[in-house]
Amino acid sequence: MAITRDDVLNWVRDYAQVIEDNHEMLTDLDREIGDADHGANMRRGFRAVLEKLPAVEDKDIGAILKNVGMTLLSKVGGAAGPLYSTLFIKAGTTIGAKTEMELTDWAKALEAATVGIANLGKALPNDKTMLDSLYPALSALNSAIENGASNGEALQKSADAAYEGMLATIPLVAHKGRASYLGERSAGHQDPGATSTYLLIKSAAETWSDS
Amino acid sequence: MKKLINNPEDVVKEELKGIELAHPDLVKVFYDPDFIIRADSPVQGKVALVSGGGSGHEPMHGGFVGKGMLDAACPGAVFTSPTPDQMLEATKAVDGGAGVLHIVKNYTGDVMNFEMAADMARDEGIEVESVLVDDDVAVEDSTWTAGRRGVGLTVLMEKIVGAAAEEGRSLKECADLARKVNAQGRSMGMALTSCTVPHVGKPSFDLPEDEMEIGIGIHGEPGRHRIKLESADKVTEMLIQPVVEDLPFKNGDEVLLFVNSMGGTPLIELYIVYKKAVELLEAKGIKVVRHLIGPYITSLEMAGTSITLLKMDDDLKNLWDAPVKTAGMRWGI
Repeated sequence: MAITRDDVLNWVRDYAQVIEDNHEMLTDLDREIGDADHGANMRRGFRAVLEKLPAVEDKDIGAILKNVGMTLLSKVGGAAGPLYSTLFIKAGTTIGAKTEMELTDWAKALEAATVGIANLGKALPNDKTMLDSLYPALSALNSAIENGASNGEALQKSADAAYEGMLATIPLVAHKGRASYLGERSAGHQDPGATSTYLLIKSAAETWSDS
Repeated sequence: MKKLINNPEDVVKEELKGIELAHPDLVKVFYDPDFIIRADSPVQGKVALVSGGGSGHEPMHGGFVGKGMLDAACPGAVFTSPTPDQMLEATKAVDGGAGVLHIVKNYTGDVMNFEMAADMARDEGIEVESVLVDDDVAVEDSTWTAGRRGVGLTVLMEKIVGAAAEEGRSLKECADLARKVNAQGRSMGMALTSCTVPHVGKPSFDLPEDEMEIGIGIHGEPGRHRIKLESADKVTEMLIQPVVEDLPFKNGDEVLLFVNSMGGTPLIELYIVYKKAVELLEAKGIKVVRHLIGPYITSLEMAGTSITLLKMDDDLKNLWDAPVKTAGMRWGI
């Protein structure tokens, strides 16, 4: 089965709620190795996304995701603003004017988003960033598709891999972003960006499990 | 949290309203997107200077908008970079046909947002140059970090390059001058207490009563070392030493010495730090020819100080002395 426009809208709404429920946890993680604002910034951004969503509900998936990206760009600020904005804009551009997509479309969208984020942030794997959740999520998704997994299974594998990637940031020393100022002291803390990214992938897996 | 605020979400908007009411002779304030411009913008034929950053560092940057300094400032949420739409609108509002210089502090978010804004402005036919400030010696400068943070030197750069733009120098000359200031200046800061971001409500880091953090940034991000409290003289040595050695500043150099309050440290203590800093520099044969003392780039209510040294020459001295009329810095007018 395909992932419909309504599924995509539900994913965005679900993630906005996930951020609302977890913003303190994200800010607490950021307090340890950053500047204690990640949850607050994401919440401000996704509250604005929810406000603007009704105006684009009848558009195609590409337009909806690009609209989410543009809203985040003007509301989040910090590094997370441009990075999450890039994620949604690149994904939206890749999916394009469709009202339904196959899982392979989503895999291509996630790949374009990951490449866009890597180019903008200039981070490498294991730099203790959101890419450390995205890369494993993407490769797990691609192998599950190749192995003929169902949509639900493939999305769950992708979320599981993002979870492992998020946990794997704990021992890492940050090489990008504000956490890098701490040098060795950044080790022992889970990366807030990798955490919010895992939650995004998990939200997709849960919202689209029956697609 | 004990703060003189109303709703934490309204802090920046209400501050902007206050600035608008207090300084109509100096600035105009715009909302959604938020930015502050010189009252007489755009100044035709003059290079325009645009800066911006998270709020919570007042008077930087909004307090430095006016004749002889910035043409526009874009305030983000507290400790959060502003967004490209703010920077783009500010850039368009102050462009007087001679190009726009973006002064960007080296933080991942600020750099990305300004980069996107500069691209958008160029697409609209505005000539934009960007310069980075990265003067904080507390951060190891390597390919393995986001690079050094922009801290106290930002204030000096905005004043000096603002004077050069006022004098009629070209965009390229202003950008080169800004890069020269960045190459010749270094800073280091320390904190006695943490600070609390209003919409977070909890201190950005925990600092026990008898300890201090050396190498602090301006966003409540922890520094590199945490040690037991020391005297003002010892702390001043700990800040001056790495700053002097990094450039290095040498026997015979003339410098501007900037002793900054992180927000909570009073002038009486800044003068104690200044006294010791001058003694230490003189002992090394470094002559303090200009100074700045006070809260200019703060970190909310954090107690602590930062020291910035800038190697001076005749051109920089003249530009430093040139008239400036802003809410946060005013002389010669």
